[in-house]
Amino acid sequence: MSFVEYSDLIKDGDVAIVHLGHNSVTPVKVQHGAQTQTRYGAIRHSSDLIGQRYGSKVTCSKGGWVHVLHPTPELWTVSLPHRTQILYTPDIAMVTMMLELKPGSVVCESGTGSGSLSHAILRTIAPTGHLHTVEFHQQRAEKVVEEFKEHRVDHLVTVRNQDVCKDGFGVTGVADAVFLDIPSPWEAVGHAKAAMKKHGGRLCSFSPCIEQVQRTCEALTEQGFEEIRTLEVLLRVHNVRDVTLQLPDFGPDPSSSQASPEAMEGASTTASPNQTSVRIKTTTLLREMPGHTGYLTFATKPRT
Amino acid sequence: MAHSEDDHEYRIKEGDHIVLKRGDVYKAVQIQRKKKVIFEKQWILLDNVVGHLYSTTFEISSGGSLQPKEDKETQSSTDVKVTGTDNRHIVDDGKSQKLTRDDIETMKEQGLTDKEIIKQLIDNSSTFSNKTGYAQDKYIKKKKKKYENTVTVLKPTCRIIAMMYHGREPGKICHLRYDTLAQMLTLANIHAGSKVLVFDTCAGLVLGAIMERMGGYGSVIQMYPGGGPVRAGMECFGFPAHFHDMLHEFPICHVNALLAGKLDTSAKDPTEGEKQVKVAAEEEQNQPEAEQQEGIPQEENMEINTGDDVGQDPEKLEKEKRQEAKAQERKEKLEEKRRKLAAAAALLEGRNADGLVIASQFHPSSLLLGLLKFLAPSRPFVVYSQYKETLIECYTKLKEQGGTVNLMITDTWLRHYQVLPDRTHPLLLMSGGGGYLLSGTTVAFDRSKPAASPLAEEPAPKRQKVKDSES
Repeated sequence: MSFVEYSDLIKDGDVAIVHLGHNSVTPVKVQHGAQTQTRYGAIRHSSDLIGQRYGSKVTCSKGGWVHVLHPTPELWTVSLPHRTQILYTPDIAMVTMMLELKPGSVVCESGTGSGSLSHAILRTIAPTGHLHTVEFHQQRAEKVVEEFKEHRVDHLVTVRNQDVCKDGFGVTGVADAVFLDIPSPWEAVGHAKAAMKKHGGRLCSFSPCIEQVQRTCEALTEQGFEEIRTLEVLLRVHNVRDVTLQLPDFGPDPSSSQASPEAMEGASTTASPNQTSVRIKTTTLLREMPGHTGYLTFATKPRT
Repeated sequence: MAHSEDDHEYRIKEGDHIVLKRGDVYKAVQIQRKKKVIFEKQWILLDNVVGHLYSTTFEISSGGSLQPKEDKETQSSTDVKVTGTDNRHIVDDGKSQKLTRDDIETMKEQGLTDKEIIKQLIDNSSTFSNKTGYAQDKYIKKKKKKYENTVTVLKPTCRIIAMMYHGREPGKICHLRYDTLAQMLTLANIHAGSKVLVFDTCAGLVLGAIMERMGGYGSVIQMYPGGGPVRAGMECFGFPAHFHDMLHEFPICHVNALLAGKLDTSAKDPTEGEKQVKVAAEEEQNQPEAEQQEGIPQEENMEINTGDDVGQDPEKLEKEKRQEAKAQERKEKLEEKRRKLAAAAALLEGRNADGLVIASQFHPSSLLLGLLKFLAPSRPFVVYSQYKETLIECYTKLKEQGGTVNLMITDTWLRHYQVLPDRTHPLLLMSGGGGYLLSGTTVAFDRSKPAASPLAEEPAPKRQKVKDSES
């Protein structure tokens, strides 16, 4: 198992994702002899997990069952321990495409936060790219180093515990792309530019507030960035539902009295419930949904 | 010195696939000597861009040849001093501009730059000085866009090509919006080293996007309908040759045979002519449009070859030789095709693919159910459809059948913003919809109790309640 490479079987030391049903998932560190409690009872790692195929159904001690999934950055995003606000998959997908990330890309990121985006970046730039991620909070930086190791992506990433606005990314002229998710991105735009390759690259800044966007765009223009675009992307989930809708009863229609007698008979007995309502398959939207995550500002650094 | 060597990969070369850009308009072309291309209603000749660096902006001179633009002059060179406070005195009487269309055309013919033309327009506008500063900026920007005569040459990327297709030819890609494509690549966990199945009739854009994300590592199997795979969109990416080594193709008309273990792709001894023909005939049947025409001459060749001992005069011999060579070539082509089919079949047979992406104008339900069989357990899949109803059907069938978790139908809402000091707001126009996605993850198939537990999740009891209260 690794976050950048699939394996078939669950091994000791892997991080597996337990799917509890209804899109609820939780990560589990697989260890010989260990047990994990779920609402369906305990999962015994040695007998239930190790040696099993990813995707297998595992019966827990109380008789309920779960599926054990191979980790992916997307499953990690919905199951990771939050230490900060995190980026979710719709924004991550947009960032990845608009920053033009691909295998071999060198990326700078700040702040690392809980590492939700970092894992997605690493997946995309492996096996030849590198991520330089800067986090000013010491415990968070240490914790994420540990996670990268457990997820077997540590060879692709350098974590620096420093303030990007003061000290920059710790690299110059190497990055194809820079991602900023910090309170005052405009203070880091100069450092971002310095970190980027001479021939140019792409930058993204994520900010929840429009005032931050405003100041960042000004800083980007000042620093000679081009193609500055701000956008917002939201996910809408459509839940599939069977719904039954009543039909109105206008009473007997005298004008159609010449209709076939068997139809009339049918109406009085078996067909009547069918005629008072129809069942359709449709989708419904959530009553409430995340309506704002942050504005994504993208820009191109020209050749300098 | 290291820099100049470094630059090599950023220089435009003959034969490169490039993207032309002006404003928000993109066009993908390949650089060929002396070939004229039309861009924004103008014929241009790309010969001069060869040797320049990517992202260079060129000026289009008369005759359509391109010259690198000299300086990136700072924006507000047309300095404006007098501004109005609001628009109360501006009346639309159609007389504010003193220059006529002909005047402007003459200026263009004289070779005036866009900057000079705009200056003339401002000088001859009676209302310009009454406009507010903001309105003046907007006016200049609008005119600049109209009279600008430049084009920027870009290296193609997924972002650019997806935006280009969405802007220029959305019909060709089933109106797949770029942010939806971005979601697909992420939801399917596309990455280097995996084995991905693609069914793409969106011009091959999705295929290209997947190949870019895999960087030449792993394998992509394009499942295709009809005579051959669609790849125009993928070609626009201009991938290096080794990327094509990871690309395989498999016609969906052989899917049933492959699943039943009855697809015969074994390599026959080349001398065994009959078998060859049999394979060929089979291929012919399955690929009517592309190959039928070529099929006829081959039969003729066969006939001539059998009557070998008759022809003796040199001219006839020559002709025979040529035909023999042609037949040989044809044979090799078929052999190549068979090899390709065998290679793709070998990749599929293990039923251990790492991802499945479907984006087409086909009804996705049977495609999805059929192709999912090739995935290993615990692997993601994603289906794009322009129509939500088709995905509801997929969802329902998968729930009945089991073998998947995390099923979700989604779409994304995308809004762009104008960000200017004191004038920040969403753009007035936005895309009404970017299509729908069904995504999920495969799990080990549970044959003991199919459909039992998934059905229990559905909120069926509600209907009962409604009925009860009725009576």
